[in-house]
Amino acid sequence: MRTPQTILIACAMAVLALASTSSAQITEYQEQQNLGVEAHVGRLTGHAKDAEINYRRYCAGCHGNQGDGEGENAMWLDPKPRNFTLAQFKCRSTPTGSLPTDADLYDTVGRGVQSSNMPSWNPLSDQQRVDLVAYVKHFSDRWKTDKPGEAIPIPPEPAVNAERIKSGQVLFQKLECWKCHGVEGRANGPSADTLTDDQNRPIKPFNFHDQTKFKCGTADSDLYRIFMTGLDGTPMPSFADNVKPDEAWDLVFYLRTLQPQHSKEKEIAEQLGLKPINPNAAVAPAEAPAPAPAPAQNNENKPQ
Amino acid sequence: MPSRNPNLVITIFCVLLIAAAAIISQRRVKAAPPSGGSITGSIKLEGTPPHQRPIDMSKEPACAAVHKASPVTAETVVAGADGGLKNVVIYISDGLTGSAATEVSPENPTWDQKGCQYIPHVMALNPNEQFKVINSDPTSHNIHPTPAPGGPNHEWNKSQPAGSPPITTSWQAPEVAIHVKCNIHPWMSGYMVVVKGPYGVSGDKGSFKIENVPPGSYTLTAWQESLGTQTQKITVAAGKPATANFTFKGK
Repeated sequence: MRTPQTILIACAMAVLALASTSSAQITEYQEQQNLGVEAHVGRLTGHAKDAEINYRRYCAGCHGNQGDGEGENAMWLDPKPRNFTLAQFKCRSTPTGSLPTDADLYDTVGRGVQSSNMPSWNPLSDQQRVDLVAYVKHFSDRWKTDKPGEAIPIPPEPAVNAERIKSGQVLFQKLECWKCHGVEGRANGPSADTLTDDQNRPIKPFNFHDQTKFKCGTADSDLYRIFMTGLDGTPMPSFADNVKPDEAWDLVFYLRTLQPQHSKEKEIAEQLGLKPINPNAAVAPAEAPAPAPAPAQNNENKPQ
Repeated sequence: MPSRNPNLVITIFCVLLIAAAAIISQRRVKAAPPSGGSITGSIKLEGTPPHQRPIDMSKEPACAAVHKASPVTAETVVAGADGGLKNVVIYISDGLTGSAATEVSPENPTWDQKGCQYIPHVMALNPNEQFKVINSDPTSHNIHPTPAPGGPNHEWNKSQPAGSPPITTSWQAPEVAIHVKCNIHPWMSGYMVVVKGPYGVSGDKGSFKIENVPPGSYTLTAWQESLGTQTQKITVAAGKPATANFTFKGK
């Protein structure tokens, strides 16, 4: 009885030992393979293997050595550091659901992410940053099977005028931006309190009223890009299917009027005496074919 | 001798005739298009169905008005009076081979957003089967399917304002199941179940039918969004309906 048992145990141990060494070899091999990942931004080529020291020094504290967003500081942070193994990113120039371009990641590393603990890494050299982009990519095999989406087209920014701001306000109402961002952009829309991110953690909509910088940049084109691509992993959807490229600029101009800083858009809105939208009028046009404003309805307190 | 001979001839003739008929009939079966079998059955819920949370749509007056007469509840377990369990997806989880495993259903179903609910609440699909997302409501929805992060299918999130054109898309890999939500209306919840091969979804009375199942032995899986999965072995013969019933336990 004892002998066959001992033999069996010895056998099992030998197999286990063999299996564990071979699997260790495989992961090491894969790791080395993945470190061959490159990133291309303009004339720069980034190499993952050259970024290892900088990643461990500057990034791993939050994003973790394994890139899983579980660095030692992660538990203190909100929003949480990105988990690179999932290859899902908020700031992209590409359609919702697709990978960002290398340049998108490079811009994020350089700019930092507003309203989060991700600082700007501009103190690093261009080469160091593009190497880090390659290193970020080496954490997920999705980069091997998928290509980044095609960047959404952004036509040249037209001159702002009163007509464009008014048409932007119509879009703000029609697209129901106010459901989350509020009628004045104060992040207090009817759905604002129930929003959650992809990890089911509560998340707040952007407050236009008291913030000047957006999560993915400060320029008009950044604002354009944010609502056309959506911020994947958050409740912010892409509006690219339903907003024409030129119309999108109108919405950009209107959103600027909600912000605290001085701007030409705000000046025009003040001259126009532009009032915030009336969300009750948004329900009314459902029956009427023409979305004409109905100011007389303000007094009526419609129950549902 | 001479009297026996005709009998023998007749017997041999008869045997040959029967054999020929048998061969011909067999040939006919082979020559005909492979008429697949089918699997039918019903899904029952045993015990008390879990409480379904009532849904308050007062934040979306247009939708609240639709449901004024019959208030809506969550749909995590939908069982009829006789215990028939709705919205269960039944599919072949093991045993499919060849083209049956890779064939894409031409059904191309529609996923509607109506009265701030998903219709259907559960939709089964093959990988690469196109489906249409439409918005029948006078209000905006954001259609936000959330496949498992890091998996072969990828999360996307699109706004679909009232009156906007359908979104046509597909999932590239099997996944049981992809949760779909609308962030504007947090009560909206539904599932897309992406499976290989033929599938069925149980209806109001808990009954289902899976058609075009090639003859063979399979593992059949029934998936319910909150009660989990159950499996059983089944053998399907050509042109014959096989039966499989599942029972889920309530709380």
